[in-house]
Amino acid sequence: MRWTAQTGPAGEALARRERSGGPSWVWIEPRRGWAPLDLRALWNYRELLHFLAWRDVKVRYKQAVLGGLWAILQPALTAAVLTIFLGRLAHVPSDGVPYPLFVYAGLIIWQLFSQALSQASSSVVTSSSLITKVYFPRLVIPLSSILVSLVDTAIASTLLLAMMVYYRVSITPAIVTLPIFLLLAVLAVVAVSSWLSALHVQYRDVRWLMPFLIQAWMFATPVMYPSSIVPDAWRPVFGLNPMVGAVEGFRWALLGQQPPSLLLLAVSSAVTLVVLIGGLYYFRRVEQTFADTI
Amino acid sequence: MPTRSSPIASDLAIRLEAVGKQYRIGRVRPGYYSLRETLADSVMRPVRALRERRNGHQAVDAGEDVIWALRDVSFDVRQGEVIGLIGRNGGGKSTLLKILARITAPTTGRAGVRGRVGSLLEVGTGFHPDLSGRDNVFLAGAVLGMRRAEIARKFDQIVEFAGVEQFIETPVKRYSSGMYLRLAFAVAAHLEPEILLVDEVLAVGDAEFQRRCLGKLQSVGNLGRTVLFVSHNMAAVLRLCPRAVYLDHGRVVADGPAADVVGAYLDAGLEVGGERRWPEPRKAPGDDVVRLRAVRVVGPDGQPTTSVDIQQPFTIEIEYWNLKDREPLVATAVIRDAHGQDLFSSRDNLEPQWGNRPRPAGLYRSVCTIPGNFLNSGRITVDAAVSHRDLTVWHVWEQSAIAFDVVDTGGVRGDYQGPWAGAIRPYLHWVTRLEEPAAELVTAGQSIDGASR
Repeated sequence: MRWTAQTGPAGEALARRERSGGPSWVWIEPRRGWAPLDLRALWNYRELLHFLAWRDVKVRYKQAVLGGLWAILQPALTAAVLTIFLGRLAHVPSDGVPYPLFVYAGLIIWQLFSQALSQASSSVVTSSSLITKVYFPRLVIPLSSILVSLVDTAIASTLLLAMMVYYRVSITPAIVTLPIFLLLAVLAVVAVSSWLSALHVQYRDVRWLMPFLIQAWMFATPVMYPSSIVPDAWRPVFGLNPMVGAVEGFRWALLGQQPPSLLLLAVSSAVTLVVLIGGLYYFRRVEQTFADTI
Repeated sequence: MPTRSSPIASDLAIRLEAVGKQYRIGRVRPGYYSLRETLADSVMRPVRALRERRNGHQAVDAGEDVIWALRDVSFDVRQGEVIGLIGRNGGGKSTLLKILARITAPTTGRAGVRGRVGSLLEVGTGFHPDLSGRDNVFLAGAVLGMRRAEIARKFDQIVEFAGVEQFIETPVKRYSSGMYLRLAFAVAAHLEPEILLVDEVLAVGDAEFQRRCLGKLQSVGNLGRTVLFVSHNMAAVLRLCPRAVYLDHGRVVADGPAADVVGAYLDAGLEVGGERRWPEPRKAPGDDVVRLRAVRVVGPDGQPTTSVDIQQPFTIEIEYWNLKDREPLVATAVIRDAHGQDLFSSRDNLEPQWGNRPRPAGLYRSVCTIPGNFLNSGRITVDAAVSHRDLTVWHVWEQSAIAFDVVDTGGVRGDYQGPWAGAIRPYLHWVTRLEEPAAELVTAGQSIDGASR
C-alpha cells in the first residue's frame, strides 16, 4: 500500500486505519421518509458547532460602538420600559419581589428563548451557501445560533447579579435547581427551532410568522406578570407552553418566592420532550433534501 | 456500514451503482414553496390524480416536468486514482460531486465512498468577510471537516502557501480578490482526505499560484489519495488525470484513458452544430445567382466537427451552387467570438485558380484553413457569404451559419491555468536575454531594493 509510505500526521492516521483493516464503506442511497437520528454524527461535528457559534459571537457586535454591551442593554431597556408602564402605572403584581428585578429575571431567560428562536429558525436558510457546498449534520446550524444566544444570556446575567446585590436578595438553596430550568428553556428552543428552521427551508412563510409568534408567545409566558394572576381553571392550558415552567422555575431558583407547581412543571417538560423528539425527527427527515429545496 | 460489500474489490475508493438524480423543473429554481402553494397543491392533487387516471396517465411524475440530472451512472474508482470529470454545463458533473460529497441524495441507485471525503466545490466556502485571515483559516478548515488541532498544526503552512503572512490579522473583506482566493484555496489544499472532490476551482489566482495548486493536487494523487476533478480545462485534465469520465445529459458517454475521453468530448456534437447543409437548392439561402449548399468546420481528420483543438489547424468550408455561368464570385467567411465581436473576415479573392476569374456554373467548395495556435479558446460563430467579386452584390449572407468551440489543450499557455486575454492567441517568437547581471548595477551605486520601492 502506498499509504504507509506517507509521512506526517495525516499519513500516520491513514496508516493506522490501514492496519485496522482500512476505512469502511459509506453508502449514499436514496432516502425517503423517516431516518434514525444519528446523534453520533452530530457529536463528531461538535467542533464545527463550536466554530460557527464562535464566528457569530465574534461578528455579532462588530462595528457596534457599544459592542457586547448590547447584550445587557437590550433586556435592561425592555425591563425599564416594562417597569414604568406595568410596574409603576398598571401596578402589575410581582410576587413580593421588586418589579424591576422580577421582570429582568424573567426577561433574561425569555430572551434566551426568543432570540435563539428567531435566529435559529432562519439560520438554515441564511446558511444556504454552506448547505449547498459542504456536508455536515444540518442540525449544527440552528444549534450554533442557540449557543450564541447562550453567550448573550451569560453577559446579560451580570446585570442580574448586580441587581440582586442591590435589592439585597438572599440566595436560597433553590439556586441549585437553576441549571435544570436553563436546560428546560434550551431544550424548548431546540425543540421549536428544529421544527421552524426545517419548515423555513420549504415554506418562506415562516419568516413572516416569526415576529408575531414570538410576540404572542411572550404574552402567553409569565415574563412581565406572575403566573399567580392566571385563573386556576386556565392553569393546565397555561402549562402547555413549555416556557411557563422554565420562566417560573428560573425566577424561583434565583429569587426564591413561591416554587412553581410540580404539575405545571411536569406538563411543561412533557410538552417540551414531545415537541423536541418530533422536531428532531422531522428535521432529520427533511434535511436530506435541504440542498435541493433551499 | 458495509451493507452489501462482498463483491467489491478491496482497492476501490468510490463505487457508483446506477446512480440517478431527478429534479422537478420549476422547483429547482424557486426551490421552495409557499404555504399557500402547498395547501393549493394538496387540494388539487387528488383531483389531478383522478383526472390523470381517467386519461390513463401515470399519477406520479408525469414526465414532462421532471429532468434527470444523472441517469444510470455506474463506474468504480480505485484508491489513488485521479479522475477527470468532463462534459458540458448541465452534463451532471457537479450533481455527481454533490452526491459523493453527501450534500444531496441520489434518486435511484447508490454511491459508495470509502474513507474521509473532502469536497472543494467552491473556493471560500465558510469564509466570513468580517473576520481576520487567521480566524477564517480556522473557520473554513472546520467547515471543510478539519479538526481544530489539525488546522493549528498546518496553520503556518497554509499562510505561507497563500503568501498572506503580513495580512493574516486583517479582515478578509479588505483583501484583494487574489489574496482572498489564495487563502481560501490554501485552506482547502491542506485538507488531507482520502477522497478529494474538486469542482473547477483552479480557474482562480495568478499563474504562479495556479502552478502551485496544480502541484499540490498532483502530490495529493501521488500520495495514494483518490481525486475526482471536474474541469472545463482540457489541458489540466490531460496533465493531471490518467483517466477521465465524460458525462453528457446525465449519462456516462465515455470512460477511459484521459486522452481518448477528451478526444471523444472534443468530437462530440454540440447543439450549435459545426455543419449546416441545404440539400435542396430551391430551399437554400441565396438568390437566383448563388445558393448555399453547406457550411462546415472540418477538423484535422477530415471530418466535420463542433470543437477544435486550439493547437491544431482546421478548415472552414463553404459549398454553394453558382447558377449563372461566368459569374465573378467571391466567398467570404466572417469569424466572430462569443461576444459577437468580429475577429476577422477572409475571402477567396486571392485563390490562385478562381480568385480573380469568372466562375462557370456549377457546385463550388471554398475551403479556408485556419492555423493552429491562432484563435483564442471559446465559442466561435461563422457567417458565410458569397458576393460579386467587387462586393457590389451580396448573393447570400448567412448570419451565424455555424458555431464551434475552440478548446484549450495547452500549447501557448504552458502551465498557466487561468483566463487568457485577447481575441486571438498566436504562438509568437520571443527572445529574452539577461543584459546586465545585478552585481554590476549594485557596484554602479544603485540599490535594487531602493529602486523597486
